[in-house]
Amino acid sequence: MRITTTVNGDRQDVDDVWEGESLLYVLRERMGLPGSKNACEQGECGSCTVYLDGTPVCACLVAAGQAQGRDVVTVEGLAPDTGQHDDLHPVQQAFLECGAVQCGFCTPGLLVASHDLLRRNPHPSDPEIREALAGNLCRCTGYEKILDAVRVAADKLDGAPA
Amino acid sequence: MSQMSTRTKQPVGAPTSATNTESGRIGDSPLRPDGTLKVTGEFAYASDLWMDDMIWGVTLRSPHPHARIRSIDIGPALATPGVYAVLTADDIPGRNAVGLEFDDQPALATGVVRYQGEPVALVAADHPEIARQAAKKVVVDYELLPVVSDSRAALEPDSPKVHDGGNLVRHLKIRKGDQSVKAPVVVSTDFEVGMQDQAFLGPESGLAVPAEDGGVDLYVATQWLHVDQKQICNVLGLPPEKVRLTLAGVGGAFGGREDLSMHVHACLLAMHTGKPVKMVYNREESFFGHVHRHPARMRFEYGAQPDGRLVYGKAEIIFDGGAYASSTAAVVGNGGTLGMGPYVFPSVTVDCYGVYTNNPPCGAMRGFGCVQAAFAHESLMDELADAVGASRIGVRELNGMTEGAENITGQVIDSAAPVAELIRKVAELPLPPADTGSDLRSMPGGVANTTHGEGVRRGVGYAVTYKNIGFSEGFDDYSTARVRLEVVNHEPVATVHTAAAEVGQGLITIEQQIARTELGVQRVVVHPKDTSVGSGGSTSASRQTYVTGGAVKAACEAVRRTVLARAARTLGAEDLVLDGGKVVSRSGEVLADLVDVLGEVPVEETVEWRHRPTEAIDPETGQGNAHVQYAFSAHRAVVDVDVELGLVKVVALDTAQDVGRALNPAAVIGQIQGGSAQGMGLALMEEIIVSDGHIRNPSFTDYLIPTILDMPPMQIEVLEYADPHAPYGVRGVGEPPTISSGPAVAAAIRQATGLPLRRVPIRPEHIAGLVE
Repeated sequence: MRITTTVNGDRQDVDDVWEGESLLYVLRERMGLPGSKNACEQGECGSCTVYLDGTPVCACLVAAGQAQGRDVVTVEGLAPDTGQHDDLHPVQQAFLECGAVQCGFCTPGLLVASHDLLRRNPHPSDPEIREALAGNLCRCTGYEKILDAVRVAADKLDGAPA
Repeated sequence: MSQMSTRTKQPVGAPTSATNTESGRIGDSPLRPDGTLKVTGEFAYASDLWMDDMIWGVTLRSPHPHARIRSIDIGPALATPGVYAVLTADDIPGRNAVGLEFDDQPALATGVVRYQGEPVALVAADHPEIARQAAKKVVVDYELLPVVSDSRAALEPDSPKVHDGGNLVRHLKIRKGDQSVKAPVVVSTDFEVGMQDQAFLGPESGLAVPAEDGGVDLYVATQWLHVDQKQICNVLGLPPEKVRLTLAGVGGAFGGREDLSMHVHACLLAMHTGKPVKMVYNREESFFGHVHRHPARMRFEYGAQPDGRLVYGKAEIIFDGGAYASSTAAVVGNGGTLGMGPYVFPSVTVDCYGVYTNNPPCGAMRGFGCVQAAFAHESLMDELADAVGASRIGVRELNGMTEGAENITGQVIDSAAPVAELIRKVAELPLPPADTGSDLRSMPGGVANTTHGEGVRRGVGYAVTYKNIGFSEGFDDYSTARVRLEVVNHEPVATVHTAAAEVGQGLITIEQQIARTELGVQRVVVHPKDTSVGSGGSTSASRQTYVTGGAVKAACEAVRRTVLARAARTLGAEDLVLDGGKVVSRSGEVLADLVDVLGEVPVEETVEWRHRPTEAIDPETGQGNAHVQYAFSAHRAVVDVDVELGLVKVVALDTAQDVGRALNPAAVIGQIQGGSAQGMGLALMEEIIVSDGHIRNPSFTDYLIPTILDMPPMQIEVLEYADPHAPYGVRGVGEPPTISSGPAVAAAIRQATGLPLRRVPIRPEHIAGLVE
């Protein structure tokens, strides 16, 4: 089948999609956007978290056909598009600076989840951060520096448009 | 570098050199050079590799833990449209045998399967789903054989044999001091540890590309490129120059990537089809596709004076190695030589066994043999304290090793051994306030609303442990570094090339910091990790900062000598140093620009670097200088336990650790936090449930790892007692936190509940009294 979606602001048309493919598979293998990660492919780890019409979802649990005509934002679409390679969204900058990235496999999903949290709640308490990120597994960091990063990102975003 | 020319083309996502504009030297915490790519989603992991004409490989695995293969019919699978190849053991050109220490494992099963999940056949097709469907059409006729599933029964003479040579992989004996000594106070305990999984997030994956010279280029996520290369060469029947490995992006490892997974399978399919073959495990296959932490059954006994001073220690430890040896012999080495913990024992008797069963193969995981034993020795140390009426801190201070102490193999600890200080440090850290029950989110059970504080009891537990750093027992443990210094765009640039795997821990940052420190330049490029340079050894045993760090330091020193000799000739001056891109006199006077000294002629040096040699231990007494370095850590856990429902909330997990010297303090903290979480996970929730050789929970739905809700805040005390024998005084950092955190959590739960709880993970049904 053919799928047409908007991904990170660009219209994407892909052909020959098998009906059993997930949005994650189509993003990674057919659209050349492997940033969203394939750690469990059953909605437990959050590594494939993307926005679908503004709502964070596990792309592994969304059938490709369900994305037809909808708007998808992935980790590749978080940074402002200024043409500068090193331009990062404050959430990305905070993860980098705080050492919240080790192997980094969970990072794309955590970035989208943290981005969504701070959009909804610009000044989250620690329990609120923990609750919001409870669906994203990280095996390297023990989460402390991820908490640091979200706190720092909240400060960076304070007063700035998210 | 000449090997690059044989490559036809590189895949999308092939690693490129890593660099950044950071300026940190050792002791600083510069940002990682791959960090920006990792936060933008552009960093390519092994599962992200892509080539225009690539096809997909999948593995058909045995559904049975022990069976004879009567026949395999690949016909229906091969006839499936879209399928390029179906391979079995018959298609292996070289020797069908792999393994880290002994090559006792076939690359593809031949004649018999010895565990559920053993690879039997391979399929390549133009879509992964077609390959999966075709694999189901391979007809394998199995004759079921008796399953050896009990590690103790496996050692009985009448047990069915997993391998022809019997079920014993290794028996390590330690006999030190008076073997008939008695003591006025005796405590003993049986202890059991379940099977833990590394649960790295990036599944096993890689891409094999057939090359024009009849060889293959493999891009893969792994922990030791050269040990992989050696095994792949054996199976393919090719020399090393035709089997070239490049490290693709690695999504965590923790020991689970020491053995081969898809490496040789993708190469076989690529060479057979002439096409690039990508293999990516899903999570379920990952649980079958790598070794796990050995389950252990242990019986420990301490004899002591009435004041708690140890007189003797005895231990029997049985590690279930599963169907193939992997690194079981070395795990037995660690469990046996280190398993009594960081205490001084005048007399010791240890028997440590590694056995074959038809359970999933077990091998390396962070903490490697010490994790299991630590639960037993720390549990028993608490019992000893209680038996003599001493404090749990006090009994550890009394018996803890100090520098100059002799451990149970008779080796003298010749650098810091601050056991008493570490345990005191964690005991002195502020305790969290009592919970008032006002916020459900801080209660055991959380927002599931299972309690508002009723039935909740608090407990505090302590543990102190130690671990060897680097490879042991006489292993030739070395790393190779090639460092090049040259002028690029009017700037001095150092390039560091090692084959040492970056798996997320931050070795590439450390390599940059060392080069900046030794060569006085800012710009350091980290070359992709590959087999065109000599072995970097394994990214395991907390060894890379020490050993590859040592190699990079030595190679930089060699480069510096050459450069300064050149400068000395030109300048007619002696006693020069490199700093800030300049050649400087000892008094700080700038004498020349490094750019001018280098000119058009780069300086490059390659160094193979070794730490002090270790020795094999005596086979009868276990005595010998088995290890090169020891690292010590302590944890204090505070838990709230809902004793009615068995739910646990870890309120605090505080630690103190001697790291020798922190080359990158932020990365050290990251290792301690992440390692502590894994130890806590084993104490509370992480277990691969195996019954009759079958894994019952191969998914992240049923195998639980700690989430951000489970992990408490940590207070961390980092001690820096430099090891005079190690480069910069470093001491390995990665594993100790995983060893001492779990026993502290278990001790805290025992204190809260008053239950003996002699098995981990401690599950709700154990606390609620529903099972023994």
